[in-house]
Amino acid sequence: MIRNSVLKAENLSKEVSSPEGSLTIVNDVSLDIVAGESVAVTGSSGAGKSTLLALLAGLDTPTRGRVFLAGEDLTRLDEDGRARLRAQRVGFVFQSFHLIPALTALENVMLPLELAGISDARRIAMDTLAGVRLGARTGHYPRQLSGGEQQRVAIARAFVTKPAVLFADEPTGNLDTGTGTRVGELLFALNTHEHTTLVLVTHDQELAARCGRVIRMEGGRVL
Amino acid sequence: MRLVRLALRMLSREWRSGELGVLLLALTVAVAALTGVGFLVSRISAAVALQASAVLAADIRLGSPQPIEERYFAEATSEGISSARTTTLLSVVFNGEVSQLTSVTAVTSGYPLRGHLLVAPEAFGKGTAASSVPAAGEVWPDSRLLAAIGGQVGSRLTIGAASLRVARVLISKPDQGSTFAELAPSLIMNVSDIPSTQLIQAGSRVSYAGLFAGDRRKIDGFKAWLIANKRAGERLRDITEASPQVRNAVDRAGRFLSLASLVSVLLCAIAVAMAARRYVTRHLDTVALLKTLGATRAFTLGVTVLQLAALALLAAGVGAALGFVAQEWLLRTIRGLLATTDLPGPNLAPLGMGFLTAVALLAGFALPPILQLARVPALRVLRRDVGPPPPLVILAFGPAVAVVLLLIYWTVPEPKLFGYFTAGLAAFVLVLTAAGSLLVNLAGRLRGRVGVAWRFGVANLSRRRAESVVQLVAFGTGIMVLLLLGILRADLNGDWQRTLPPNLPNYFFVNIPPASREQFVSFLNDQGARTTKVLPIVRGRLTSINGKPVEDPKSGRVNEEGFATREQNLTWSAELGADNRVVSGRWWQPGDAGKPLVSLASEFQESLGVKVGDHLSFDIAGESLEVTVASIRKVKWDTFQPNFFIVFVPGVLEAAAGTYMTSAYFTPGGAHSLAQLAHRFPSVSIFDIDELLTQVRAVLDKAALAVQSVFAFTLLAGLTVLLAAVQSSRDERRYESAMLRTLGASRATVLQGILAEFITLGALAGLLAALGASVGAYFLTTRWLELRYTFEALPWLEGIFGGALLVAASGWLATRGVINQPPLKTLRA
Repeated sequence: MIRNSVLKAENLSKEVSSPEGSLTIVNDVSLDIVAGESVAVTGSSGAGKSTLLALLAGLDTPTRGRVFLAGEDLTRLDEDGRARLRAQRVGFVFQSFHLIPALTALENVMLPLELAGISDARRIAMDTLAGVRLGARTGHYPRQLSGGEQQRVAIARAFVTKPAVLFADEPTGNLDTGTGTRVGELLFALNTHEHTTLVLVTHDQELAARCGRVIRMEGGRVL
Repeated sequence: MRLVRLALRMLSREWRSGELGVLLLALTVAVAALTGVGFLVSRISAAVALQASAVLAADIRLGSPQPIEERYFAEATSEGISSARTTTLLSVVFNGEVSQLTSVTAVTSGYPLRGHLLVAPEAFGKGTAASSVPAAGEVWPDSRLLAAIGGQVGSRLTIGAASLRVARVLISKPDQGSTFAELAPSLIMNVSDIPSTQLIQAGSRVSYAGLFAGDRRKIDGFKAWLIANKRAGERLRDITEASPQVRNAVDRAGRFLSLASLVSVLLCAIAVAMAARRYVTRHLDTVALLKTLGATRAFTLGVTVLQLAALALLAAGVGAALGFVAQEWLLRTIRGLLATTDLPGPNLAPLGMGFLTAVALLAGFALPPILQLARVPALRVLRRDVGPPPPLVILAFGPAVAVVLLLIYWTVPEPKLFGYFTAGLAAFVLVLTAAGSLLVNLAGRLRGRVGVAWRFGVANLSRRRAESVVQLVAFGTGIMVLLLLGILRADLNGDWQRTLPPNLPNYFFVNIPPASREQFVSFLNDQGARTTKVLPIVRGRLTSINGKPVEDPKSGRVNEEGFATREQNLTWSAELGADNRVVSGRWWQPGDAGKPLVSLASEFQESLGVKVGDHLSFDIAGESLEVTVASIRKVKWDTFQPNFFIVFVPGVLEAAAGTYMTSAYFTPGGAHSLAQLAHRFPSVSIFDIDELLTQVRAVLDKAALAVQSVFAFTLLAGLTVLLAAVQSSRDERRYESAMLRTLGASRATVLQGILAEFITLGALAGLLAALGASVGAYFLTTRWLELRYTFEALPWLEGIFGGALLVAASGWLATRGVINQPPLKTLRA
């Protein structure tokens, strides 16, 4: 058991094959993130930030090394096992929001609760949407919402299960500066309020600066 | 439960967004085509079974020269089966001093158990169904009997020792027999009057029959009991042997229609595959997201499979309802093809078939890509280029091929026919695909010579080559079949009118005594009738072929009602009729007169396998006659001229006692002359074929129309393929349209481009269809119908312009949303 640590990577590497031969995207990365910490991962395009995020969240499997999420060794779980762990412990916010177009705002927020088998999903989702000031837009479909509103729905969806770790991939990347700032504020406010561990991948230095720790990556390595 | 909730919630939303429309449409059309034909065939088969029962006036008929024992009726009553009796004998019926040999049938109440007695208040009147049998003391003579002996309703006729009152005129009874010469004038009466006639004495030739009818299951049980308990000499007939030819014809027609509907189903399968591919493409992100949020692979698969099952149910329900409406409409179209007007209701089997079809199509054509969908990795939420791993070829195409083979086998379970159809279908698709590719290529080469909009449209055809060829094949098939049937319909009607004289014979006269032959013909001529040839008829029975008795069980020809053993009408003639053609052997020369030679119709040869040079023995009035088959003739029966299966050389049969027959055209309104004729020549039997002729023409036309209607489903399936193709290219088209408009093209130019693409596609499909239909029509007309083929330009124009119009209109409807969307919205998305 790893004390205080909610997310830990040990000698994590990811290699992919390319026409030019094997390419190492994440190279021997080790890190330890404790509960309630907020960490920004920054770096230029192609530095390996998103791949590191995918490995830490169990969306992808490493070529070498191990990842522990809430005490579970992700590398020893199969795809469905990792999915179940995500349902219980992990929330996501993406650059392009990734709301399901066929579902309303409320239904999108209810989805992780239902997948985790939590009863009273509707009431919890309504409360959470009200918390992001979208109580009046619950019946709207994603295409009927603005970019900022869509991202607020996505943030509500990410926090609704009270996850141990929240992964955010360029959460303000598709928003104009003003909206981006407001969405960033909401993200940090909820993070503080819910005592969630935040792992944020961003180009936005201002957003990164608000995190407790900044990890810089270059060529697949942590600098 | 949450799985079901989520699946249905997403399904209802996607339904509202129109994403599932094409998939549902394709499934619905397939189910409608199959169930529509299924309902139709089941109802027609049931109607034919009923018709066959009507010929027996019962479901089971037990005939005997001895009275039928009471125990049979007691058993029937105890089993809940209704019964009736008939007693038939030949007797002379008198009206005063005038007499006529008549077939007298005495019946019990309840007769006929199947079919109707048609009666009228006057001779040759219009018949209406009688609700009872003649009351005691009454008789119902038929028109010919009344014409022969005089009398009308109210007259008293003497039958044996009884004097009975004419209450109605019998127009027809269901079991009146079918061969010309067997028909004497007839009369029915109540069985309770039989004792008073004193007609039945020791040694009288009387036929007794017990009639039984009831629920099919009970009848089967009763039939088994009858077979076990009946006495020797009692003959049992039921509907399975009453009209095997008609049943075979219905079976064959049913199979043909099922295959026709299968073509639509297979086209719909293409649309299902296209729609499923688009479904998968559009759901990759959703499935990846569901997995990211914690859904397992089984859960995501469950959501999709549940959605598909719900779609299958919906399509089966709507499709079956449409199929039912379509068959009702088809039945109305072909009313008159069947003798019975009140058709039995359909059974529910086609409903199950419809649902299974929808499931099979989804399983074969939609499930493989959808199984792939469940394999998309969660990582796709971060990297859009990541998709599911490529499937094994066998998994991608195996289920589709298996489902196609299964559907074909389901429709044609005979291995040989299954093989032919599968091979034929594969060859047809290959030829059409090759021709389609060629046309798309040619169109692509011509695009440099047309304007910008047309160039853009035609370029699109070449760019989406595979989709274009698939659509071309789908449309080409639909239009081709419709054109082909149209040509055949026109040929049938046209050729019929061309080959036949304007006034076809509308009456047949048989049983003309040799002594009255000249008088009869002059009587007809005096009445203004145009007679055709007058041919002698001698009755005879074929007894052996090449020395082997035809009743020999080893000959394989044991069939009591069979072609070989039944009493035949024989004739002789020196001339070969214009409607006869010798297909093997040679017609006789004058020098052959008196030699033992015979010529057979090809049907006789097909039925018995007899060929030129074989030796046949006939029993003619107790004398044996040995002859050699000199020729086989193909007879055009539809000319309504007197024709015979068996024709002897002159100088062989003349000594045998016989009668003559002829046919004539009577001017309309000549019914009075007919009554005079029946009075003057009482032994002559008259058959009115005027009505039959009109019916035959109507039947052919309606049958072709019915088949065309079934193929309308094929065209609908073709349209579904078009919709699926347009939908699958919608995002691409939207982008192209936005780009063109950003570059300065007007909305009209973009529309012209899209119309050009669809007009070219439709015209090419029409061209392909017209070519195929003309080649098909040539072979079918000359080889199968044996008519003259005349090239018609109209189908080509109909195919090319009709195809262009149809596809352009459908394509425009399907893509208009793409053109109307503002370019900025598209480019920003």
